[in-house]
Amino acid sequence: MDSTAAHGHLVPYRTFVSVWLVLLFLTTLLVIASRISHEAAVWAMLTVTPLKAGLVFFFFMHLKYEKPFLKGLLLLVLFVLIIFIALTFLDTSFLR
Amino acid sequence: MATLAQAAIPEVRSYLDVGRPGILGWITSTDHKRIGVLYLASMMTLFLVAVAIGVLMRIEQLMISKPLFSPETYNAFFTLHGVIMIFLFVLPGLSASFGNFFLPILIGAKDVAFPRLNLTSWYFFITGALLAITALFTGKGFPDTGWTFYVPFSIQTGTNVTLGVFAAFVLGFSSILTGLNFITTVHRLRAPGMGWHRMPLFVWALYATAWIQVLATPILGITFLLVMVERIFGIGIFDPAKGGDPVLYQHLFWMYSHPAVYIMIVPAMGAITEIIPTFAHRTIFGYKAIAYSSLAIAAVGSLVWGHHMFTSGMGDPADVIFSLLTFLVAVPSAIKVFNWTATLYKGSIELRPPMIFALTFIFLFAIGGLTGIIQGALNVNVHLHDTYWIVGHFHYVMFGGTGMGFFAALLYWFPKMFGKKYNEKVATIAWFPIFIGFNMFYATMLVLGYMGMPRRYFTHLPQYHTAHVIASIGAFIMVSGLILLLGNLLVALFKGKRAEQNPWGGVTLEWQIPTPPPLENFEVVPTITTRPYIFNPEVSR
Amino acid sequence: MISATTHTHPAHKDYEGSKIGMWVFLFTEILLFGGLFILYSIYRSEYAADFHTGGQHLNTFIGVANTIILLTSSLSVAIAISAMQRGNRKLSITCLSATIVFGLAFLVDKYIEWSEEIRRGVYPNGPALLKFPDGEKIFYGLYYAMTGLHGLHVLAGITVLTVILVFVMRGKITSTDFNQLENAGLYWHLVDVIWIFLLPMLYLAA
Repeated sequence: MDSTAAHGHLVPYRTFVSVWLVLLFLTTLLVIASRISHEAAVWAMLTVTPLKAGLVFFFFMHLKYEKPFLKGLLLLVLFVLIIFIALTFLDTSFLR
Repeated sequence: MATLAQAAIPEVRSYLDVGRPGILGWITSTDHKRIGVLYLASMMTLFLVAVAIGVLMRIEQLMISKPLFSPETYNAFFTLHGVIMIFLFVLPGLSASFGNFFLPILIGAKDVAFPRLNLTSWYFFITGALLAITALFTGKGFPDTGWTFYVPFSIQTGTNVTLGVFAAFVLGFSSILTGLNFITTVHRLRAPGMGWHRMPLFVWALYATAWIQVLATPILGITFLLVMVERIFGIGIFDPAKGGDPVLYQHLFWMYSHPAVYIMIVPAMGAITEIIPTFAHRTIFGYKAIAYSSLAIAAVGSLVWGHHMFTSGMGDPADVIFSLLTFLVAVPSAIKVFNWTATLYKGSIELRPPMIFALTFIFLFAIGGLTGIIQGALNVNVHLHDTYWIVGHFHYVMFGGTGMGFFAALLYWFPKMFGKKYNEKVATIAWFPIFIGFNMFYATMLVLGYMGMPRRYFTHLPQYHTAHVIASIGAFIMVSGLILLLGNLLVALFKGKRAEQNPWGGVTLEWQIPTPPPLENFEVVPTITTRPYIFNPEVSR
Repeated sequence: MISATTHTHPAHKDYEGSKIGMWVFLFTEILLFGGLFILYSIYRSEYAADFHTGGQHLNTFIGVANTIILLTSSLSVAIAISAMQRGNRKLSITCLSATIVFGLAFLVDKYIEWSEEIRRGVYPNGPALLKFPDGEKIFYGLYYAMTGLHGLHVLAGITVLTVILVFVMRGKITSTDFNQLENAGLYWHLVDVIWIFLLPMLYLAA
């Protein structure tokens, strides 16, 4: 089975460079936030970081052009990890 | 889909007759069937070693007035017994053996998605086994921590914990890669016309199991990695002296090891689901319920790990939630039991060896599951935790469940895999000591635990001795039955009569191809036009 | 004619299947690091102040520099794949080589960073670390575990990319058959994603 048919989508180089620039910008935001205050840094970590990761998944790793099933699986995996963290917190948050 | 009945067996070369001669042809083959047999052979050998260790433990408990072994040796025994049984027998279980052999055939494929990766999985398995054996004969001997390797003792003890957990780490790769292979195979290699709801239910079971293998095993990987790094570098993540929390180790350990028990049981449930329709000569009742309950068990079963830690000092909300989830996870299992029973109803039941062991599975697994519910209740757990009740419980589910399921599958698929018939009478006779001995052994453990006997103790107080004697005698009876059962099969392997293509009248794809199967399974890739398990009166028997 | 270890069917390549297999493998890596993330979350909530102190003492400059290096290496490998898809072998080889160089630069930085910390006695069971409060001990334990495991994966990624580079140069990977290159790229990107989380978790927002 030939692979060209399946590869399909050609992403322009421009897209990759733009994403890279956005990633650098977002990283700068993180650094600036960390200089402002610890609270700012934490907020930035919780919002900007998933965004950066999302950009890498979506564009660099081609997830945008993949089947919804694969996108769903990734979300499932992340969800599983979050549940593991949450249930463990259920223990430690209510001690003593 | 019509069965191909046949008078003369055409001269199709089976998978056993092709390839490099001798042992090299086996250990370098990427044929999923040979890999399945490699797993089967290595797992059964290790199983027998672990049984022997178990027998030694039972002898020790018989002879507590004049112990044969030191307490340290006994600790190493139960650790070794657990490590071999869990990591080297029950976890690879029906997936690595029968799954490898039959998954491609059941979906009409020529092999798995990644055959070379499949062989690599087996190499990881053997490497893990060799590392465990090395841990047995070097340094200060095999770990004495129990297969659970709890910190802080696993960090402090001088025995070969680092090597032992490293062996388990390597075995984890075997499990992960098999899971990855099966997931891809089911998604990509189903024959034309085989939609998801036309797949045999053993395939659904293997698929659900594969997801647990892939998502849960890495957690154990990192946990054991941290134990190794702790022992070598003193990184202190679980060490209270350095601010660490030993209970976090338990959380991570059971986060894998609870889903692991579903890796162990779900494929066995899948095999039972193949066997029951065949010997009841009826289609399975509730196909979708059984298919989706496998996924439900995988999902909910990943959320209950805290029930191993009720006495470890968790916060109350965690206790309650984990207990609730534990009760919930029984539901999909019960759904399966109801569906199997409904399949039997008004079926034309044939009590041949695979069916006998399949029915035994249902009975013993039900007891195991029910005892699980009992100990899932918080107040009861306080008394039963770390007693022989727990040991009885998990032997009912892992041995009465997966073990019997494994034997049922072996008795069912043996003729197809090896082209030989075994003595059905002997197999049936062997059932009696196995069943009687098993219950004498493990039901007594439930009572012992209820009476307060702690587990992992090399000796016991006098008031427990009678029960221990009964248990040990039960063990010996059971083991003699096992020897008869497995010896019968071993003899058949070399001296058995030629088996026909479809000795049981099964209707799934493996029975439509020659016995033993040819290298690429199908001369012509089948096109599937119906759901599975359709029995016509003319076809049965 | 049947050969011993391979199948008789023509070497059909299932591109889609190969990609699914790679993504499933990436899921296992996410869970592997996930275990450390679980520990980090719990311990951070317990030792918030000590984690902050620990983070302040890390070399943020190297951390950020390494981030930029990895982000850029993700760009270069993405372009390498795209170039191969377009049949531009030269660009592909150049970008693939650049990715490998970036990866090595990351490891060199890491070496410098760790050497400095080890010299100061801040390492597991090190003299300085043992005097720190518990929370900081745990912080550094997690720091070494997470960046160490990550570094091993960078090394593995460099090795894989080098092998792929050789395949490209030998013409084994072509514009119609490059899913091995894609899979290697996927692995590398995940290594980048993990670092994207490690940067704020350890250096910026501890």
